[in-house]
Amino acid sequence: MTELLTYLPIPVWIAYTIAAVVQCVLCLVVALCAAAVFIWLERKVSARMQDRLGPTRVGGRFGWLQPPADGFKLLCKEDIIPTNADAPLFRIAPYISFCATFCTFLALPFANGWVALELNVGAFFILAVAGLEVFGVVLGGYSSGSKWSLYGAMREAAQMVSYEIPLALCVVVPVLIAGTMDLVEIGNRQAGWFWHWNILHDPFTFVTFWIYIACAVASTNRAPFDLPEAESELVAGFLTEYSGWRWVVFFMGEYSAMFMVSGLGVALFLGGWHGPIPVIAWLEGLCPGNPAVIQWIGNLFGLTNFVVKTVLGVTFMITLRWSLPRLRVDQVMTTCLKYCVPLGSAMLAGVMLWTYFFPGGLIFR
Amino acid sequence: MNAEQIYARLEHPFRPWLVGCDFAAIDPWIEVKPDGLADVARYLREQPDLWFDMLHCITAVDYFEPDEKKAAQVEWQPHIELLYHLSSLRHRHRLVLKTSLPRWLDDQPGRLPEAPSVSRIWSTAEWHEREVFDLSGVKFLDHPDLRRILCPEDWPGHPLRKDFVMPPDYHGVPTR
Amino acid sequence: MSNARMPSDSVEFDVHTDEMLINMGPQHPSTHGVLRLVLRTDGEVVTEATPHIGYLHRSAEKIAEKLSPRQFLPYTDRLDYLAAMNMNLGWALCVEKLLGHQVSEKTRHLRVIVCELGRIANHLVAASSSGLDLGSFTPFLWTFREREKIVNLFEEICGARLTYSYITVGGVTADAPTGWLKRCEEFLDQFVPVIDDLHALLTNNAIFVHRMVNVGVMPPEMAVDYGCTGPVLRGSGVDWDLRRDGEPIYTDMYAGYTWNVIAPINGRYPTDHPCPPVPFDAVVGDSWHRYFVRMLEVVQSIDIIRQAIAGYSQAGGEVDRPMAIKQKLPKGTAYLETEAPKGQMGFMIVADGTPIPWRVRIRSSSFSNLSIVPELCRGVMLADVPAILASLDFVLGEIDR
Repeated sequence: MTELLTYLPIPVWIAYTIAAVVQCVLCLVVALCAAAVFIWLERKVSARMQDRLGPTRVGGRFGWLQPPADGFKLLCKEDIIPTNADAPLFRIAPYISFCATFCTFLALPFANGWVALELNVGAFFILAVAGLEVFGVVLGGYSSGSKWSLYGAMREAAQMVSYEIPLALCVVVPVLIAGTMDLVEIGNRQAGWFWHWNILHDPFTFVTFWIYIACAVASTNRAPFDLPEAESELVAGFLTEYSGWRWVVFFMGEYSAMFMVSGLGVALFLGGWHGPIPVIAWLEGLCPGNPAVIQWIGNLFGLTNFVVKTVLGVTFMITLRWSLPRLRVDQVMTTCLKYCVPLGSAMLAGVMLWTYFFPGGLIFR
Repeated sequence: MNAEQIYARLEHPFRPWLVGCDFAAIDPWIEVKPDGLADVARYLREQPDLWFDMLHCITAVDYFEPDEKKAAQVEWQPHIELLYHLSSLRHRHRLVLKTSLPRWLDDQPGRLPEAPSVSRIWSTAEWHEREVFDLSGVKFLDHPDLRRILCPEDWPGHPLRKDFVMPPDYHGVPTR
Repeated sequence: MSNARMPSDSVEFDVHTDEMLINMGPQHPSTHGVLRLVLRTDGEVVTEATPHIGYLHRSAEKIAEKLSPRQFLPYTDRLDYLAAMNMNLGWALCVEKLLGHQVSEKTRHLRVIVCELGRIANHLVAASSSGLDLGSFTPFLWTFREREKIVNLFEEICGARLTYSYITVGGVTADAPTGWLKRCEEFLDQFVPVIDDLHALLTNNAIFVHRMVNVGVMPPEMAVDYGCTGPVLRGSGVDWDLRRDGEPIYTDMYAGYTWNVIAPINGRYPTDHPCPPVPFDAVVGDSWHRYFVRMLEVVQSIDIIRQAIAGYSQAGGEVDRPMAIKQKLPKGTAYLETEAPKGQMGFMIVADGTPIPWRVRIRSSSFSNLSIVPELCRGVMLADVPAILASLDFVLGEIDR
């Protein structure tokens, strides 16, 4: 897109600014839509799991418009800041949390080259920025002036710091296989049939994928790792004192983070935008010369593919949340430090050896 | 063991403390003097053949008739009766232990009657005694933490006493 | 000089943080009503827990001194409102004990049916709210779906869905409507597989087991010392159930049925039904066993109901009608405990010859069960407090009376 604009008779810096704004807005729309859709999905999936109907009225039979209606209602609510709260920090905390999640979308590739910012350190960037989310939560919990919130913040800090390590270990594995941190490149390495995906690269990546899921769920504070907002223990944890719009912002952050970790998992392990069947390759084969239109159609396919896989990943997380009880705080730490980290390290070493001896991955590849 | 046998068992060590019994009642009971209550209770709890390990409930019954016309007809003197419902899970027998207290200590209204606490014998008595203290106004000596339990801490009076009058308001909140 | 110990050499092994006093309740999601716990915490560890009760105090005992036993009956509904049938039964039997009244065979079977249905309804809430307090929401709604069916049955038989006032002094308010027993059986038939679902979602769930096992361990001596009764006592391995060990007027109600007291004896549960194995690290008396006793009692109750339905169908005659509202009570005192779902529910009635009792005493099982909380919550993690509270299964309506 930037290239397209540079052909226009405008100064280059304006072209870049326009491109940046457009891409940011696109990413924001994706993040917000993802949040809205996932809130609806969560309500529907949980309802169906629990023999309920979930939202049925707002926006037709399936309650499509429930999340916007909820958002509107919350927007209209009184803006409450507790007397004991540290007002400026209390106000700013949700936005920090949301911005951190939102920024990761800049480096998340939705299809071949369809990424706001094609970084050669994309995987690293996403990990680093996603880790900033903890600041919002800790600040929110600390500044609320409530002991329950403080508990939530402390748990969040401990949990996030611990789970970053195994998460990074898991992310390193596909990076190792591809030899690059560029997410677009990692995605393209998995082109073709589904056995070209990294998850089926070798037995170690298969295990790594499941460790990644556990750590990803933990890093988004979702059950069974939702300790910071454990509602039956800490009332609502760091969210206790939040209401109205700020609460919405926290939630949008949480749900777009779900999209983000799921998307990252798809890009790293599940072939990204490459389908189980190499449709894109066939399309390109049909039209020799590879015209731009075919690339666009291929990318549209890829986008659909990516989104479908990501939404399935999120649905899995939702199902997990509504089936499992919560871990205790020491068990969360045990899971991380005693199981995820050693396992992750072992898998990393295993993949290292495997790629050394069988650079092509599994034999049938 | 039935109540008669238990009474016979108690008679030897505690004869001066035992003041009455009724084995024909619906729930057979043995009455002891308040001063001997703790000793008898400990004996009942600790003797292997008695072994009353479960204290079900402590009840205070206020025998007082506020209506003077009716008060002339009743056959008892005003007093407070404490009932301890005991049973033994091992021997599967039951007993009601009774004791009688004056309504007020030294007949001075406002001074709560005193009874020995059995909370060191049965831990469950701790809360039950607090409840009796709260609702019926009996002071338990040697109780580790004798506070009101159901009513607010500054509640006036003891509601289960027959002469309790509901205050018209509580901290500005009308009560009726 | 080399021997001199610098201050920095001393390593503090036992790290403590500042203690924090934190108020859990009365509006906390997992205190099951208006219980307030004041927790003294050292980080995530609770060093002291002090329960404060009385937020729901209505002085039911004082109210009872102004009403005749039948008029007081609706107030017993409000004690343990999750098992109102069993509360009605406790009061009705207590007054019947004072009156020396014996109900007919048909009434007895009908009472057993509704009481055991009430026990199932209560245990469903108790077991699934253990899950809810550990963050597992789905089983809670599944059990409420089943409870709804029981409540529908109750609505059919007495018109109320929560406060039944069905079992009254002298009998029951009305005979079961036609076809009710059949619907009862249909409910039981479809309910049995649901228990396996619950086992799959909770009992066998590794996280649930890890959260409940070895948490809030209550040795049998301690349980008896604190007057704990019901599933809480049986979870500690004490073989004691008033339906078998109670007073004759109560045990007669269950005469002729074959059933077992559900308590872990030597690590084994006396049940004929297939059930999940006991986790290897479970200690008798921990939260998991209390939960499991309830789950097995549900199965037990189904058996009893089936037998009671058979007994009811065979019994001739009519069910007993309630006694007159202003019937004179004989002079005397009667105390009776019944095995309510949450423990032994005791009622005492002191009568002076008038229709109005002189004094009524309500011995609440939850009250005694809750009094052990300071003991159990010492030194546990903050997240264990809801697990322990849930496994004790109390209702504040009954504690505060």
